[in-house]
Amino acid sequence: MNENIRILAVETSCDETAAAVIENGTTVISSVIASQMESHKRFGGVVPEIASRHHVEQITVIMEEALNEANLTFQDLHAIAVTEGPGLVGALLIGVNAAKAVAFAHGLPVIGVHHIAGHVYANHLVEPLQFPLLSLVVSGGHTELIYMKEHGSFEVIGRTRDDAVGEAYDKVARTLGLPYPGGPEIDKLAASSDEAVELPRAWLEEGSLDFSFSGLKSAVINTLHNAKQKGEIVDPGALAAGFQQSVIEVLVGKTIAASRQYGVNRLVLAGGVAANSGLRKELEKTAAKEGWALTIPPLSLCTDNAAMIGAAAYVRYQQGRFADDRLNGVPGLSIS
Amino acid sequence: MRKLLTVDTSTYVLSVGLYDGDETLAEYVSTKKENHSVRLMPAVRCVMEDAGVRPEELDGIAVAAGPGSYTGVRIGVTTAKSMAWALQKPLYGVSSLEALAYNGLWSSARILTFFDARRGQAFAGLYESGGGAVYQVEADSMVMLDERLTRLAEEGRPVLALSPDLDKHRELLQEKLGSLLVEAAGPVHTVKPSGVWAASRGRTAEDIHTFVPQYLRLAEAEANWQKRQSDHG
Repeated sequence: MNENIRILAVETSCDETAAAVIENGTTVISSVIASQMESHKRFGGVVPEIASRHHVEQITVIMEEALNEANLTFQDLHAIAVTEGPGLVGALLIGVNAAKAVAFAHGLPVIGVHHIAGHVYANHLVEPLQFPLLSLVVSGGHTELIYMKEHGSFEVIGRTRDDAVGEAYDKVARTLGLPYPGGPEIDKLAASSDEAVELPRAWLEEGSLDFSFSGLKSAVINTLHNAKQKGEIVDPGALAAGFQQSVIEVLVGKTIAASRQYGVNRLVLAGGVAANSGLRKELEKTAAKEGWALTIPPLSLCTDNAAMIGAAAYVRYQQGRFADDRLNGVPGLSIS
Repeated sequence: MRKLLTVDTSTYVLSVGLYDGDETLAEYVSTKKENHSVRLMPAVRCVMEDAGVRPEELDGIAVAAGPGSYTGVRIGVTTAKSMAWALQKPLYGVSSLEALAYNGLWSSARILTFFDARRGQAFAGLYESGGGAVYQVEADSMVMLDERLTRLAEEGRPVLALSPDLDKHRELLQEKLGSLLVEAAGPVHTVKPSGVWAASRGRTAEDIHTFVPQYLRLAEAEANWQKRQSDHG
């Protein structure tokens, strides 16, 4: 009988201070998140210095809650995992230094985890990943298509060339005068509209699996601007619906192209924008039509959390890929 | 005896010390321009292993809590509070400016310690020495350095200036303080591990969870937001 491997995972890459205890990479024993969203709302977006300050206020509280909720002590742990990047550097540094300090205190190994690997491994907490697979990663900071041939192997086959999809949502929402964060607001507004303003799709060059959302964002701004100059009023619902349709059509279209190009029929969705109901619906429809096995994590595992970091860390634990005392926060960390 | 680990990363200097009561077990100071995040934990491990002290044998951890570089201070504070929490040991927070003032412990002049904070500003503290300790004369605060110096000159007492940024402001100090300025030669212008040790003596332990750096200045976005609120209020 193998011993159960328990990892305390920490995530502080953006505006959530999170800690979790994960067993054998698949079982969430506890998962605690302190969101700073209310604080950043005033600024219409995440302010890095303020995010860093909040992380220091929360870090030991959240780690303690994770251990208490799991009813475990340090003696029950086998490793400490932490997001080393990408993310806001000042924010990453809090998690990284807290993890190293706790690990040193108890003679535990430290595992550095890539934030996007974490998002992908959120799916491993739903059902064990099977390979090869494709992952569509969509969040406020990322838009990527990732090909995985086995555990711990990530090949980025498509990525955004400008804005991340969640970023585009937030910017368009601000243009429409919707509160931050804008994604859920646009999703709601789009769902309530029967009409949709026709907006461009950025397919880029033939065969490319990359994305671009800045042109679409500009198209929304121009539509509003032109109407205003003519003294016309654009229905915000129709504009939100048009924006969402363009985003989803491109995301799903590129995913279909990737699946055919790589001959892969397993798809896992990852990242905060996976909460978008329009995207979920369209992917489910497409999966049925294309014969994909599709996994979409529950909302709580889509947004930033530490459970996913613990799940991804377990693979590294098994491979013996530990970090040393010099582990640093790396804002532009690459995944492969 | 009492085994205390000290940490300071509030300026570009990295300083870690390990003490047993009044005795130094090991000290590590480096001015290498490399991220504290990369160097702090190796330095902590170095002094602990050198002295053969295991983490659970510590009786407390003292950290310079600022003011200073926001990111730098956060690295020291996060590391110290996380270690203290994980080991369930007392955490002591000290002023980085007070720790620096201990370099002037034998001075009869008042001790001005400061860190440059750009745009003519500085984080400054004023201390006096007596009975083997330094005492705060005026609370650490962010000041316009020239105004602070003018005020010190008006008070007419000799001032020992200690600062890692002394070279940058020497002319201003000489101009404002004239013959009142006491300059100290040698490597006495950066925080020493023993300064953190000294400043932590007699302190009560902090509440680890709520312990945060002494930034002495709001984040810029926060200051602007508060200003907008009061303008519209």
